[in-house]
Amino acid sequence: MSRLSSTDAPTDEAEATPRDDTARNELVARLTAHLGEGLLESHIEPGVDVWLRVSRESWREAAAFAKDGLGFAYFNFLSGIDWMPSPFGREMDSQIDTILAASADHDDVSAPANADDGLEQGLAGGETRFQVFARLNDVVNGLGITLKVDLPDDDLSVDSWVPVYPGANWHEREAKEMYGFSFNGHPGLRPLYLPSEFEGHPLRKDYPLLARRMKPWPGIVDVEQMPGDDEEEDGGEA
Amino acid sequence: MTSISDREKLSYIAAQAADARVNVELETEGMTLNIGPQHPATHGTLRIIAKLDGEQVVAVDPVMGYMHRGYEKLAEVRTYPQVTTLINRIDWVGSFANEVPFILAAERLMEVEAPPRAQWIRTILFEMSRIANITLFLGDMGLQVGAVTPAFFAFRDREHVLNLIEAVTGGRFHPNFDRIGGIKDDLPAGWITETRRVMKKMRQYCDEIEALVEGNEIFQARTRGIGVIPADIGLSYGLSGANIRGSGVDWDVRRDNPCGMVHNETDWKVWTHPDGDSFARFWVRLQETRESTRIIDQLLDNLPSGPIMAKVPRIIKVPAGEAYVETENPLGVMGYYVISKGDLVPYRVKIRSASFNNISITPWLLKGVYVPDIITILASLYFILGDIDR
Repeated sequence: MSRLSSTDAPTDEAEATPRDDTARNELVARLTAHLGEGLLESHIEPGVDVWLRVSRESWREAAAFAKDGLGFAYFNFLSGIDWMPSPFGREMDSQIDTILAASADHDDVSAPANADDGLEQGLAGGETRFQVFARLNDVVNGLGITLKVDLPDDDLSVDSWVPVYPGANWHEREAKEMYGFSFNGHPGLRPLYLPSEFEGHPLRKDYPLLARRMKPWPGIVDVEQMPGDDEEEDGGEA
Repeated sequence: MTSISDREKLSYIAAQAADARVNVELETEGMTLNIGPQHPATHGTLRIIAKLDGEQVVAVDPVMGYMHRGYEKLAEVRTYPQVTTLINRIDWVGSFANEVPFILAAERLMEVEAPPRAQWIRTILFEMSRIANITLFLGDMGLQVGAVTPAFFAFRDREHVLNLIEAVTGGRFHPNFDRIGGIKDDLPAGWITETRRVMKKMRQYCDEIEALVEGNEIFQARTRGIGVIPADIGLSYGLSGANIRGSGVDWDVRRDNPCGMVHNETDWKVWTHPDGDSFARFWVRLQETRESTRIIDQLLDNLPSGPIMAKVPRIIKVPAGEAYVETENPLGVMGYYVISKGDLVPYRVKIRSASFNNISITPWLLKGVYVPDIITILASLYFILGDIDR
């Protein structure tokens, strides 16, 4: 953990970390005990957050247990992720941006701007192109969890959460139209935002953003001067 | 004997037939009432299809998307500093607050922290956008029950706060002022004195609204016991902000999960109300506005000196990772789930906006209410269309 600018925060964090850690560890332990094989992977960032990936079969059970067994009564949101990098190139992106990005590689950022790194899943892993993820909160203890589930390409469906959290209704309708997922047991997966005759699923990475396909993007045309720029100018300016 | 019973039978049949006729005549036919898309109660373009039985609502179907701008898709092709320009337009009456959670999520991924002075100013502007936002609600709520004056008061006094925001950021509605690692500029000269004066004025405004609206008999009759949301229902629909605190849930992200802001350096209180009706939501918001002015006053008292920007690279590349940061925005909890693949642009941004969840309860909440109450309940839930449609 290298903080670029630090104040008195690290000491606060040192106090907070162990306490939060036990709470989150216990959470994962209890979910593991309940779901068994259903809990595929978990990732805890001490004192910050926790990510869990569950199997498709135990998706609704995970929600029901989180709500009734763990006190996560608050439904925060549900949405989808498409892990397939966009097949559209960056040639319409601002060339200034890409040049600057390539030359100003100060950090050990592994992925260069045009990397074709295939499927690379985020925290708590994953095996498929599409994932559904959702967030729940425990408003009493101020904890939040992110749950993820893999959806295989040949069957983009998962159990609906509406029976557990009625608030999932609109979120699932949105995920349906934006990604094309279907939710078993949902009371009516009508389009939410888009007109009913709309074709395609706009948030999928292979759905082109037409505005960007037709006209080059100007990009960073006026990078404003930041404090400390003068002493660490790292070249690459157009 | 038989003749009497026959007569009885006949009269019974006749009575039954008469009853049936009356019933046929009184039988009401369902009617569909279309509210919006353009309607003053909707703060934008929300259409509500209400199926009525007489004066009572049988079912409600909100239709949105008239303003869907696809920010989640657009954010995927913009560099991190450019995204704030877009997300300013989500909740357009409390714009600055929209930028903060996104910037904080990016800061968490970059492991950067803003210097104390920047955090202080960020918190002040954050609370100021809350005042600018909720002031409008307080006036508008009166307007929805037929009182026009509070709305004029709201616009009059809101102007002072907008002027303060403009003096710092240069923008009245879309500040675009928050930066990864700090804020764009320091406070202008004389701003602190002016702010103290305005905060006093805003407290007066709250008193005025309290005297004008809260005690009003018509207002009480239109809001007390109307649109009651029990706490457990509110939680399972993901309501937030004053909507959930009005149902007695003592949860405020500013206090419980502080991130990158310094509310807890001050002495302040989270207000809740046990009733869960329209009045409770109005009352909680009124108290919150007062509390915000107090938070700002206290923050001005111990404003630290120092830099306003941490050392961040000029070209911002955010390391690969995932972060979800939420803050207690004027309308409720707003969060950004940012997935980065170490690029100039975010890989995926999920915008969790407060109004989307807050309004998703309407099909449940409006069932069985009377037509005029639709308007007051919607107004008391307080949503901004940009915050629903994103």
